Order: sequence, then C-alpha cells, then structure tokens
Amino acid sequence: MAKSTCGKDKMEFTIGAVIKDPGSTIKNKTGGWRSFRPIIDQTKCVKCGNCWVFCPDNSIKKNEDGTFSIDYDYCKGCGICANECPLKAIRMETESK
Amino acid sequence: MTEMVVEASKAIALAAKLCRPKVIPMYPITPQTHIVENLAEIINNGELDAEIIHAESEHSACSALLGAQASGIRTFSATASQGLALMFEVLPIVAGNRMPCVMAVANRALSAPINIWNDHSDAVSVRDQGWIQIYVESTQEAIDTLIQLYRVCESKEVMLPGMLCIDGFTLSHVYERAFVPDQSEVDEFLPEYKPLNILDPANPITMGPIAFPNSYMEFKKMQHEAMLLAKKEIEKANQEFGKKFGRKYGNGLIETYRMEDAKYAIIGMGTLIGTARTVVDKLREKKKKVGLIKLRSLRPFPDEKLRKAIEGLKGLAVIDRHISVGYEGPLYTDLRSAFYGSKLTLSNYIAGLGGRDITAAHIEKVFIDLMNGKSGGWLL
Repeated sequence: MAKSTCGKDKMEFTIGAVIKDPGSTIKNKTGGWRSFRPIIDQTKCVKCGNCWVFCPDNSIKKNEDGTFSIDYDYCKGCGICANECPLKAIRMETESK
Repeated sequence: MTEMVVEASKAIALAAKLCRPKVIPMYPITPQTHIVENLAEIINNGELDAEIIHAESEHSACSALLGAQASGIRTFSATASQGLALMFEVLPIVAGNRMPCVMAVANRALSAPINIWNDHSDAVSVRDQGWIQIYVESTQEAIDTLIQLYRVCESKEVMLPGMLCIDGFTLSHVYERAFVPDQSEVDEFLPEYKPLNILDPANPITMGPIAFPNSYMEFKKMQHEAMLLAKKEIEKANQEFGKKFGRKYGNGLIETYRMEDAKYAIIGMGTLIGTARTVVDKLREKKKKVGLIKLRSLRPFPDEKLRKAIEGLKGLAVIDRHISVGYEGPLYTDLRSAFYGSKLTLSNYIAGLGGRDITAAHIEKVFIDLMNGKSGGWLL
C-alpha cells in the first residue's frame, strides 16, 4: 500500500481506490469550498422547510423545535436555499467578512 | 487437446469458453462479430454457463463488462474499430478500478473514410488507458494467449484489464489448423478468479470514488507500477503454459526469429510477422544476415528485452500498421525512445492501413532498403 506524499493528510491507497469503511463522505468535510455563507434570520423564518427540501447537499438540518439551521461542515454556499426561501429569510454573506 | 481446422474467431470463442467467463456483454461489429456469435451459440447449446448481455452500444457493453466484473466474476467481450472508440470513455475506468476484464479486439481501421479492414489504429490509439495489449500472429497463438491473458490480468500483482489484439480478417476470418486444449487442462493452468473486492449489497464498499488532487497521482502511479510488474507475469504465464502445453511464444513479451547473427531486422506486430518469416527464410538462403522481432506486448512495453534483442544489429526497420497523424508510426516512437543512445540505424515504414496487403515483396523491399542504408516511408 502506497503512502501519501502530499500534504499532511493521512491516506490509505487501496488497489482500485476502493473504500472499505463506510462514512468517508462524513469524514471529508467539504464546507471549505464555500465562498458565500447562508445565514438564516430566525425572526423571519416561518419553518416552511423549503430550504431543507431544496438543499442539494443535505446541509440544512431540521431541529427538534421545528427551526432549521445550516450545517457549515458540508454547505458549499450554492445559495439555492436563499433563492428558494419565500420570505427571503436567508441571506448570503461572503466568507471573507 | 483437440486438433481442428477452425476459424480464428471461433477458436477465440472456444478459448474464452475454456476460461469460464460468467458474463459476456456484447455488441456486434465487423470483424469481431464471429467471436461473440460463436459464444452465443456455445451458451445456447448449454456448453457454457454464462449470461449474455445484449448491450445497445459498445459503451454500454464495456460498462456492463466493468459492472459484472465488479460483482466478483470473470467476464469476456470483444470489439473492434469504432466500437473500441465508443468504449474509450469506459476503458480507463475499468483499468483505474483495477478490474481484470479480458477482451478480444479484432483490429480494424478507424473511419473516415469508412473501412472495415485491418490495421492497428483502433487498439494503438487506446494503448495509454491502462489495458495490457498483446498482439498475436496466428489462431494458435490467439487461443493460447487468451488463456494466458486471464492469468496475467488476474494475478495479484497486476489486477489490470487486458486486450487480445488480433488482425481483423487477416486473422479473425482465417481458417487454420489449431489445437484447442481440454477443459481440465485449462482448469489446471488457470485458477479460479479471486477478486480483490466484491460489489456485494450484504457487505457494502465504495468502488470508483472521487480522488482529489492530493491522491489521484498515487493511484495512477500504483496502476503504472502494476503494469510494469505485468511484464514478469506475462513471461511467467508464457513459460508455464509452454511447460504444460508444449507451446511458447518467445519470452512472452517478444519473439525473435533467426536473430542469432542477424545484422538487419524487421520489427512489427500481428499477422505481418508470418509473411516476414518467409521473407527472412528466403533471404537467409541467399546468405543475407537478416532476422525478425515480433512484438507481442505493446503495453507493458518490454524495453529491456528489446534492447537485448538488438545487440549486434546494424539496422532495424519498424513496420507500423498505424500512423500518428502529423508525426510518425507510434511503435517507431516507442522504439526510438527505448534505443536512445544506441548506434542502431532505425527506419520507419507505414504499412497495411485499412486492409492494404503487406506482401512478401513489401517486406523484401524493406530488407533491401535497410541493407542499402535507405530510410523508411509508406508501403503503398
């Protein structure tokens, strides 16, 4: 098995790139790709769940109290939630802020 | 072992049957069609327990080949020309997933102009996609090499797919005497396929995931190293096949003919070698020191063996059945690189494109050119 020579990542190089242990997409946090961050204004939100339905990456989480929050570990900032929100309760801010 | 006069395509089907593939995805294309037609008949007769998948295109056939192999079984298919071109997208995926699928390619020219006859432009154009490629000269060599190829591709060190390249029509449709081994003999030579990983819903794994820039190169390097190790496995399979069946093809990677004290030689692949053998014999009778090198394995490329084979040679003519349009014959490019620094005079001939015959007169002209220090050209 080859060893990683790139960066600090510890990786296993299996023949044919097979992943034998499930859950690699949970370990691999992709939120770092984001340049725009969605922010929910809970005072405007009516808990309709449109954002949760439309999020292509399962990054909107439904909380026990019925509110919604964003999982920034995986949200890539595509802005679909903000676009689909009927009350404009989600705004997109640049990550540089 | 059964002795018979058989069409090469049928012989390849019989050899494939002896290797016990479980799934055979197929899409017909000339001049490969007889191979899969014969296999369909074999399965229909109940002589082979395998499933045929009638794909709607070669792209689908190759995808089915990959998927079936991933489920942990041995597979087989065959294609040619535009069919192989349509498979292109899937070829590196099969190789990158390290699936030892085996496929026969009845080499045929690529369009346009449309042409159904032999040259090597289809297979040579995909030589960089991680498939072992072995070119053969005769029906017997096709049978024997197909059986060996499964063993090479499936060996633990290799786990790569392989193509058995046969010249379309010039070999695929030729009837020759051949010996077809018995099932028990092949079973002894070719062990049961032991997959590294199995796509099994009961034990889920991920096959074919994304590799980011921090890991793609390592996977590619592993693939390359496996291909280099395949050289040893090809030699070993040839050697052990020879011990068991009494037939060997050079060292497996290349085969030389009357090269012992040769000063001038020709190198090529496939059926043109048969013609060249007779010309070498004729010139040897006239005391000309000529010989012949048959390249069997284009990938992996046996550069060390080739450097050894040319020791003592003054001139070598490379006959390419393909042209890298805008440059030269690709085999010539590979050989110039392998022989870099040697004093050998190399010349390049482009020949046999689109089924143009390569005749004994052509080969003789090449030898005469070589001995007179003339450079290559197109054998029209």
